[in-house]
This record gives sequence, C-alpha cells and structure tokens, in this order.
Amino acid sequence: MAKKNDTNTWSLSPAPESTSHIRIDKKYDLFIDGKFTPPQSKKYFKTINPATEEVLAEIADANEKDVDRAVKAARKAYTNVWSKMEPKERAKYIFRIARLLQERAREFAVIESMDGGKPIRESRDFDVPTAAAHFFYHAGWADKLEYAFPAKKPKSIGVVGQIIPWNFPLLMASWKIAPALAAGNTVVLKPAETTSLTALKLAELIRDSGIPDGVVNIITGAGETGKALVEHPDIDKIAFTGSTAVGKMIQRSLAGTNKKLTLELGGKAANIIFEDAALDQAVEGIINGIFFNQGHVCCAGSRVFVQESVVDAVTRRLEHRMNSLIIGDPLDKNTDIGAINSKGQLETVNKYLELGQKEGFEMFQAGNEPPKKGFWCKPTLFKNVAQSSIISKEEIFGPVLVMQTFRTIDEVIDKANNTPYGLSAGVWTDKGSKIFNLTSRLKAGVVWANTFNKFDPTSPFGGYKESGFGREGGIQGLSAYLKFD
Amino acid sequence: MATKKSSEKKSVQSADLPINKTYKLFINGAFPRTESGRYFQLDDADGNFMANICLSSRKDFRNSVVAARSAQQSWQDRAAFNKSQIVYRIAEMLDQKRDLFVNEMIQMGYSKSASDKEFTAAVDLVVYYAGWCDKYMQVFSNVNPVASSHFNFSVPEPTGIVATMASEKTALTGIIQAIIPPICGGNTVVVLSAEKYPATAISFAEVLATSDVPAGVVNILTGKRAELYSHFASHMDVNAVVIWDAEKADAKNVGALAADSVKRTHFYESKTPVVGNPDLIMNLQETKTTWHPIQNISGSKSGY
Repeated sequence: MAKKNDTNTWSLSPAPESTSHIRIDKKYDLFIDGKFTPPQSKKYFKTINPATEEVLAEIADANEKDVDRAVKAARKAYTNVWSKMEPKERAKYIFRIARLLQERAREFAVIESMDGGKPIRESRDFDVPTAAAHFFYHAGWADKLEYAFPAKKPKSIGVVGQIIPWNFPLLMASWKIAPALAAGNTVVLKPAETTSLTALKLAELIRDSGIPDGVVNIITGAGETGKALVEHPDIDKIAFTGSTAVGKMIQRSLAGTNKKLTLELGGKAANIIFEDAALDQAVEGIINGIFFNQGHVCCAGSRVFVQESVVDAVTRRLEHRMNSLIIGDPLDKNTDIGAINSKGQLETVNKYLELGQKEGFEMFQAGNEPPKKGFWCKPTLFKNVAQSSIISKEEIFGPVLVMQTFRTIDEVIDKANNTPYGLSAGVWTDKGSKIFNLTSRLKAGVVWANTFNKFDPTSPFGGYKESGFGREGGIQGLSAYLKFD
Repeated sequence: MATKKSSEKKSVQSADLPINKTYKLFINGAFPRTESGRYFQLDDADGNFMANICLSSRKDFRNSVVAARSAQQSWQDRAAFNKSQIVYRIAEMLDQKRDLFVNEMIQMGYSKSASDKEFTAAVDLVVYYAGWCDKYMQVFSNVNPVASSHFNFSVPEPTGIVATMASEKTALTGIIQAIIPPICGGNTVVVLSAEKYPATAISFAEVLATSDVPAGVVNILTGKRAELYSHFASHMDVNAVVIWDAEKADAKNVGALAADSVKRTHFYESKTPVVGNPDLIMNLQETKTTWHPIQNISGSKSGY
C-alpha cells in the first residue's frame, strides 16, 4: 500500500565512504615553480567542510607579490623548457598526470566531497573520472595540433592565467590545465577560496608527475588574488569560469590589452518537456538537470517548460520523485543532495526562496529533514512562475527549479530564448524532427535532447550571449589556447 | 556624373547638366536620409565639392539594429546554397558597375590603375566568400566521440548582429571585408563606412539592394567613428563588434563598453591588398553542441 508520505516507504541505513585513506595537511602553501612555498602575504584562511562546518585545513592567501612570483615562474618555464620541448614529450607528461589521477581517484573524490559538499556518488562517478579523462584526451593533442587546425600553423600563446569556481573544483582545474599544457602554454591557476583542496592535491600529483618546475603553478586566495592575476602584465591569456558579473569585470579590465580571453559564465537553462516525451525519463531529466550538484551548475536546467496538456502528469511525477531524494551527508553513498557549498551561497539561495514566495508563486519543497549543522537547502520547485519574475530571470545556483507552461513550439522557443544567458538547453520529445527544430532554434551553446547535464572532454562546452565566449573541450576548446598565423 | 568636376564645367557650356546622385544611408533595404538631418561635405581629390554625406546619429544606428535583428533569424535559416547564390549575385551586380566605382575612386583620390586594381580585388573577394557559404559548416563541424552512449556533434551558428566599422585604408575592399564574411555566416550587419570613402560605400549599398539580399541583412551608415564608437559598443542588442584599424585608445573604450553585455569584440588590422580569410567568418560564429542518447552501444563505457 502506498503511504501518503513517500519518504517513509523505506529508509536506507547509513553508508558512509571511509575517510581513513585520505591525507589532508593542516596547512597548504602556494604551489609555485614546482615547490610548495609560504605566501609572502604571510596570511592563511580556513577552508571548512560545508556539511559539518568543521575546519579542514588552512590555505595560503596569495597577494600581488605571490601572483608575480607565480607568473615569473610560469614565464621562465615557458621560455626555457616547455615551449622548447618536443610536443610528443609534452604529451607524455599530461598522460602521466591522467594516470596518477586515476590511481588516486578515490582519495580525490572523498576530499572533493568533504571540501565542497557534493555527494560522493557524484564526485566518485563524475567529477574525478571526468577530470582524469580531460588530461587523457588532451594529452594526445600535443603532437597533433596541425591536424586539428590545418593551414593555420597553431602556436602556443605563452603564460595562461586561469580562474575557476567552486562548483566542480577538480574538474574545472583539469579542464583548464589539460588543454593549456597540450597546446604548449604554462599555467597559473587560482581555485575558488572555498574549494582549494583538490586543486592543491592536484598540485602534489603534478609535482609527482615530474613535469618541469613552473609549468603549472597553483595559487590560492579570493577575489583580490584573481584580480592581481588578471591584471598582471606578463599574462598572455585569461580563462575564467564563474559568475557573469565577475566575467564582465574581467572583460572590461582586459579591454585594450593584447591578452586573450575566454569566459564561461552563468546560465538559466530552459529544459523543455513536450507532451509526446517519455514522461518518466523526462522527469528524471528534470531532476538531474536541476538537482545535480545541488544545482550549483552554470548549465543547470533551472527553468522547466512543460507543455500544458501534460503539466498535471509531469508535476505529479516530479513531486513524487523529489520526495524520494535523500539530502544529507555528502560522504554517504546514498545521498542525492549534499551540502550547499558555503554559508554565503546558502544566504543567496534563501534570498531567492523568499523572493519567489513574495512574488506570489506556489513553492513545493521535498526531501527529508537535513542535518542541523552545515548548509542545506531542500530541493525546491516553484510552480506557475511568470516569465517576468525574478526567480525565472536570475541565476539562483541552487536546488531551485522554476516551472512554466507553454502551448506551442514557437511560444516555448520565444520564452526559452528570452534571457540574456545562452549556455545550455534541454528538449524532451519522441519526435526527431521536433528535436532538430528546437535544437537549431535554441540560442545555447550546449543542447541536450532527451538527456541533460552530460559532459565529455571531446565535447565543446560554452555559451552564447552573456553566458560567455570561447569553448572548453573538443577541438574548439583547444583553439582557445593557441594562436594562429 | 562620374568625373563630375570636369563634366560640370563642360555641361554649363553644353547645357547638358548631369544628374548628381544624392548619397543617403542604407537601412532595412531602403535609402533614408539621416534622421538627424546632419551632413558632412565630401570633397574630391582636388578639394572641390563632391557630395553632401549623411552624418549618422545614434538614432540611425539604433534603427539599423532593429532592422538587423528582425532580419537575422530568417537570414540564418536560409539554406547555405541560397546564401551562397545571393552573395555570388552581389559579385555579379558589382562587376556590372566597374565604371561607376572606378570613377568614384578616382574622384576620391585613387589613381586609375589603383582603382582598377581595387575594383578587381573587390569582385574577387565577394566571389571568394560566396563559395564559403555552404562550406564553412562542413569544414569546421565535428562529431565528438564521447565516452557515454550519446551521439554528439558541434556545428557553427551565427553570433547574431554584428556592428562593424570598415577600414579607412581602402575604398571598396575594406567595406566588403566588413560586410560579406559576417553575412556569409548568417549574421546581419550594421556597418559604418570609411569616413574617407563614403561614396563607394553607398554605391555598394545600391549593389546590395539589387542582389536579392533581404532588407535589414546589411545596413550601411556614413559618418564619424568618434561619434559612434560608444553606441556601437554599448547597444544591448548587438552581439559582436568588429572594428577595423582601431586606434588603441578607441579599442580600449569599445572593449570596456562591450563587456556590459559580453559582446564578442574583434579589432582587426587590415592588410593590403585585402585577401580572403575564413577566420573572418568563423570568428563570428558560436559553437553549438548537441547531445542525444544512443540506444545501448555495447562496450561503450566510460570506466577507467
């Protein structure tokens, strides 16, 4: 007999992943010129586990002088070693990093979940394997660049500054570093201040790979550190993933310089469900689209558009499915929704929850009661949301879905495209011709048809309009780290 | 009409007064005057009056963007073969008007041989790009071998509306280089002609108007760069800004304003002679990647 409260139909025993085999140092210095060195700032900040609010380690706060040291090391390595190395040798180092990462995959997955709050199921099955795959894929390009860009004489750019966000810390680091190295550049990378640990563990692993000193430098810190990196005169290219607001600041600050720039910014993706879709699969797609990684995903399917004729059926199934989501300990293998990455982000998400209710929309929240300590947000659905409402216009970056309805194809295309963003979109229908009509009309860099939130190193990722420019992954992603005649 | 100065002198005596052309703007397929009512005087190479040229305003630019936006999707949706034929038709129409363009260029200071050369290069350039319309997508698309059971492919798609300023260095190839590559790629264009060579730019608009180029796909303004830089860079419905031969300070200002809506910006230095380059098409393309599941391919697992 079905019980009224779906969450009570069964309960699962705790199944926590062991943390006994991992090593987190008390204090992490900056990885510059192949060595961990204390910051000239002499300052450190704490990184915490967002699920427990316990301090995990102290992280060096790099100042302008530290940034300068890192850029100098990268320049020296570029000029003296990396740009002169035979491409096939370059490739071998990158392959080696891929293998080292695979060997230590479980350790990286556990630390990623501890530092960032994401469920171990995701860090173990998605973040870490995909990160390794990025090194593996890009390694092989190092000595084949002329085939990727025939008649264009590809050449490395020089020293690349890379700034990454906190939602996929290791994966972002990997998909930034791997193509940069394969193209023959040296790197200064800054992870986000709430999630530095796996980038620093990656630095250990890069050191172990024997790659020449200074080819990869990893410096930690917050916005000021990033600003110093962007503005450093000896940087040849900036690759940034993060918010649209910061992306605009960087674009402004680089105006008139010769520095190249690629931006992967925010999104507010439409996930469109037609009446002829396989509804159970579509509901899984909605769930995966918005609740993957607590909705901390720039390409999250945060606006779902459901055709009017099936809105009741979809809503019923969606609420039922949301009720079965397990929220809690990120290290538990059964957890679906982990912790919100930081207190600040939780406040942002909560602000939108209040706003959505104040705007008068019906809010549905599901899932079990989250733990007392830590930062949590229950999976949330706003129904019958207006196109003009703030919660359907602004990126929330949390487990918050807004639902709208539509009648015709033209209507949903207009609604889906009516946003300054254009990173991703989803379409669910059984009809092939409809899929191609939609996928060619949606102004988005990645379109998932009858699937959502899929990523691969061979597949270019990046946005239209205010979601940024340039691609990461695939041949297009490689071109962002090269210059041509 | 062409060598106006000498013919006018003659005409006074022969009572054979030439009909001088009024140079107007080209917006949404029509030839309006600037809404501002302003003009600047174009003198010929000898310093004599040649024409009054429209001094375009912000409002002209904004009207052009409206026209370009409403034309964009249907232009993008035209078959590549159709776009290719239309661009080739531009070359056909242009080639008919050699005397007109050569004489205009001579008036604006070109030597006879230089203007002949410029004209021939211009026609060749249009023909070159006409051929790219139905090829760049094949050359620059990919099927991506993803590790999961999905079919995944990436294709170029037009960025949208391109606001561009043509090089001051050439009378015809410069503006062609600013207009033709973006439209080959399915974009629509608002272009400011070279301040120095507005006459050939507007005569080129007459070519476009008779080449089956749909209204709004190309909009041509004449005027001063300094007045229009900030409007080109800051308009929120422009997707890309392309400035040929910008001064460094101007590039900085344009780049900073363009960031407000994350516009794609390109600052190109023109080379003479102008030669075709597919990068000018591809730099105004977005990459769209589409995923679709494939029913169970055996052995395609992403495990390690």
